[in-house]
Amino acid sequence: MGKKIGKQTVCLSKGVPILSTASTVGPKEAEGPLGAYFDKKVEDALFGQETWEQAESFFVQENMALAVEKAGLKMKDMDYILCGDLLNQCTGSCFGIKNFDIPYFGLFGACSTMGEAMSLGAMLIDGGFAGHVLTGASSHFCAAEKQFRFPLPLGTQRPPTSTWTVTGDGAAVLAGKGEGPKIVEITTGKIVDMGVTDANNMGAAMAPAAAALLLAHFEDTGRMPQDYDVIATGDLGTIGRELVVELLSKEGYEMDSRFTDCGIEIFDAEKQDTHAGGSGCACSAVTFCGYFYPKLKAGEIGRMLFIPTGALMSPTSSQQGQPIPGIAHGLVIEGCGKGAAR
Amino acid sequence: MQTTQKAQQEYDKMVKKASPNSPIFTNCLKAFVSGGLICAGGQLLLNLFLERNFTENEAALCVSITLIGISAVLTALGLYEKLGKFCGAGTIVPITGFANSVVSPAIEFKKEGMVFGMAAKMFLVAGPVIVYGTLTSMLVGLIYFLIGR
Repeated sequence: MGKKIGKQTVCLSKGVPILSTASTVGPKEAEGPLGAYFDKKVEDALFGQETWEQAESFFVQENMALAVEKAGLKMKDMDYILCGDLLNQCTGSCFGIKNFDIPYFGLFGACSTMGEAMSLGAMLIDGGFAGHVLTGASSHFCAAEKQFRFPLPLGTQRPPTSTWTVTGDGAAVLAGKGEGPKIVEITTGKIVDMGVTDANNMGAAMAPAAAALLLAHFEDTGRMPQDYDVIATGDLGTIGRELVVELLSKEGYEMDSRFTDCGIEIFDAEKQDTHAGGSGCACSAVTFCGYFYPKLKAGEIGRMLFIPTGALMSPTSSQQGQPIPGIAHGLVIEGCGKGAAR
Repeated sequence: MQTTQKAQQEYDKMVKKASPNSPIFTNCLKAFVSGGLICAGGQLLLNLFLERNFTENEAALCVSITLIGISAVLTALGLYEKLGKFCGAGTIVPITGFANSVVSPAIEFKKEGMVFGMAAKMFLVAGPVIVYGTLTSMLVGLIYFLIGR
């Protein structure tokens, strides 16, 4: 157990470089404050396909290929693909990558899937089982609404606590050697159930899991929130972020403005009417791949704690009155250049 | 992270404090005005049909058909969802809302086929309204039957 530190954290001996990332988003994300950072912006949410579900798979297919191309590699160089999404039985992912002809592990971690994929990918590489691993996660607003809520043309009002599922795909190529920001530590989250049943308040359902992950991480590594340039959770939104700050304050950790959330960054809640923020697997995936990764690469961010968050539920569990447990996965990523020297 | 019952109750309080409520007053006001306008439009239609020598029953039926037709077309054009977002209950409660609730799943699930998609899912939202509407009217009828004599 030489690589494990503390109860939930592992330390990757040499660090696993992220060679490249790619992000493809839908029209609403392109109009948002991070619009300029994404690689590819698709004007039609159907992406030229017949159905929302096929569109999501096409997002996966195109964006995964783009990430590999940006790394200067060929798809056949990939040893594994690790990815997942929110659709039933993860069809968004498997239909998207089926023609790549690469060994595949399909993942489900709800909206924390990007964290799960990058964690497992980095461990595969550090363990010497792979040279290149392609990781990713996707979601589609229309497909998610159809599966989890109501048909789109239905005239309903969304409560202020609700979040807006991000349409898009984020992908990252991890490698055994090469240049790039490095994944150096991984803290794997436990499921935390605080009894929240409101499916329109996912931020509140996931906040305890994010807080628990942060606590475990600080305890395992002996670091403080101030030891990071950026701490970014996945899709807690404004309400979830506020709750994490409060939960951690009770435990003696003060989170400051360096703690943000991808769901807060990706949309302009006022102008875009997204209420509490963005959500979905793609929320943390495209925000990391499009916005944070270039900053890590340029050395603007020295050390980042990236924590995709997920709400573990299905329409059936929710209708049967089951609570919504949360999960969060943490990765410490060190930037290139001077920033990384700390 | 403690997940005892006490911790859950405490967290529930925190969540309630942190979560903003829906703007009930403005929502009610919008619903009152927009729902009222739809009903006034219905009355206007009724008067028009009556002027054209329809009987009262025929005219009422024609009003329903017209409103349902307008709602279905607006739903298909993707405009009813925008109206519904603004008006809330104002566009849900009148018959136009019922039409919207039948047409929208029919459109959304057409991709899964005409039988198991469109037809099977058509009453996904309106089904409960029909079931409990019928049950309630039976109950009211029973009460009327028992005390009305």
